[in-house]
Amino acid sequence: MRALRRGWLRFRAHRAAVAAGLLVAVLAIAAAFAPLVAPADPLAQPDPVALQNQPPSAAHLLGTDRFSRDVLSRIVYGARVSLGVGAAAALLAVTVGALVGLAAGLASPAVDQLLMRSVDVALALPRVFLILLVLALWENAPPWVVVLLIALTGWFQTSRVVRALVLRLRESEFVQAARALGSGRPGLVRRHLLPHLAPTIIVSATLDVGNIILLESGLSYLGLGIRPPAPSWGNMIQDGKDQLFSAPWVAAAPGLALLVTVVAFNLFGDGLQAAFDPRDRR
Amino acid sequence: MLTYLLRRLALALATTAAVVTITFALVHLAPGEPFVAGAEDRFVPPETVARLRERFGLDRPLGVQFARYAANLAHGDLGESFARHRPVAAVLAESLPNTLLLGATALVLSLLFGIGLGIAQATRAGTWADSALGALALACYSVPAFWLGLMLLLVFGEWLHWLPVSGMADVTLRVPMDGLRHALDVGRHLVLPALTLALVNGAAVARFHRAAMIEALGADFVRAARARGLGERRVVLRHALRSALAPAITLAGLSVPALLTGSVLVESVFGWPGMGRVAYEAIFARDYNVITAVAVVAGVLVAVGNLLADLGVAAADPRVRRA
Repeated sequence: MRALRRGWLRFRAHRAAVAAGLLVAVLAIAAAFAPLVAPADPLAQPDPVALQNQPPSAAHLLGTDRFSRDVLSRIVYGARVSLGVGAAAALLAVTVGALVGLAAGLASPAVDQLLMRSVDVALALPRVFLILLVLALWENAPPWVVVLLIALTGWFQTSRVVRALVLRLRESEFVQAARALGSGRPGLVRRHLLPHLAPTIIVSATLDVGNIILLESGLSYLGLGIRPPAPSWGNMIQDGKDQLFSAPWVAAAPGLALLVTVVAFNLFGDGLQAAFDPRDRR
Repeated sequence: MLTYLLRRLALALATTAAVVTITFALVHLAPGEPFVAGAEDRFVPPETVARLRERFGLDRPLGVQFARYAANLAHGDLGESFARHRPVAAVLAESLPNTLLLGATALVLSLLFGIGLGIAQATRAGTWADSALGALALACYSVPAFWLGLMLLLVFGEWLHWLPVSGMADVTLRVPMDGLRHALDVGRHLVLPALTLALVNGAAVARFHRAAMIEALGADFVRAARARGLGERRVVLRHALRSALAPAITLAGLSVPALLTGSVLVESVFGWPGMGRVAYEAIFARDYNVITAVAVVAGVLVAVGNLLADLGVAAADPRVRRA
């Protein structure tokens, strides 16, 4: 845990990353309290004829879409999807990756080789194609299936990194000493390995969230991720695509929300990485 | 070198086999059938459905179907498209070149953009210019490609009228166009989709290249080159750049499959008649043979990308060649 605290002290020095972390927190709070934050009901269609495709105004800060729904409110609710899917899939992926990496690093060389060669193959699988395929074949998949698919195709890199770290730690003197003193495998993992793996796992999860949010938005844009009328930033862009030239704000606004959110996660992750990296002293 | 090639080949074969098997299993286990009696608005009599199923071997047990597919594939036969009533190879021959044209253009542009940005940042490391360019790279790295495509379309196609908004060639001009005019026309249609992919992909290259360049610029051999009185331009572009190229090239090679199969989204934004669109339509039509063929192509592309990356690194860095 001392590594974590030292990391935190160094992280505070990266101002942009701290700002990004705060932004992530604000977004998460806005998503959690969406009914209080959003100015209107994201599904309400007050007047689909007179109020459709209204440009941004005082009444509708980001305008309305072709069903007269308030774009800003839909973005606030859409944050639930993006952040929820991103966080859930990233946590799941990193957990699986860390477990496989630990198993490979501690197992016999034969098992290790088997696992890592499988990971080599899995890393080369066309991820987007396979996810698209499953979502298109089993139509109307619920959101948790999207999360599961993204997570199950997203843990390979983490498992490699964790395994490499475990192999290095296993030969280090303090682990050898703990072993010599009779520490069993569960205790070894919990007390000696995990604290050293934690920074890597946290960084990996944070950077994953950004990528997963982008992936989910792409799936929803193709009509395969989160289905309308429930708002997700991806399907909002799809909604806005048809009147891109006449009402550009409908597609532009959710894309900007995506951009800002993903930038925040990437900056936050970069900051954490720099803070935990012992080579980066400043 | 030989062991290296054999290992690569083994990995490529394993990957392709895995993709094909997974894809085959998924399409056959999924709900939905390619031939359905009374499908959509036309009425297809059950006898016809039975005949079609028999003709394409869909009435056989799944294991038999898979064995037959694998045997045909080994002979280079991809089968026939159910929906298009043509050999799958012919369908791919039509769309794959378009995807390759877009992907290759995007790859070259993303290398130029990424390496250029990396050099520009590294030579100004720590200044405000480095931060500004870094922010640009971060934004391009974090933007959804399909949305960036839509915004470029809006600005350059609709507002400025500089470039065409969709398709690969101007349909109204197709008949009287000669070779050169046609090529120019395709080039104009290519600009926006290629730029979209290159900005997103190049930003990832730039992030790695900046770090590699900074390390190279601080290395002893660069100080030695400076001490010999070489001009800064030559030091940066000939000495430092060459030793720092490996991560950029590796990353670009690894992004080959993503550029080609992951460009479904960008192809759909720009109406580019590529493989992504074929795959998308095939999935919804339950056109099994076309879907699996796309998986085969994807597996091969991954292998090609990895190989290109390794060859590129070896070409740039003599230390790798000896290993």
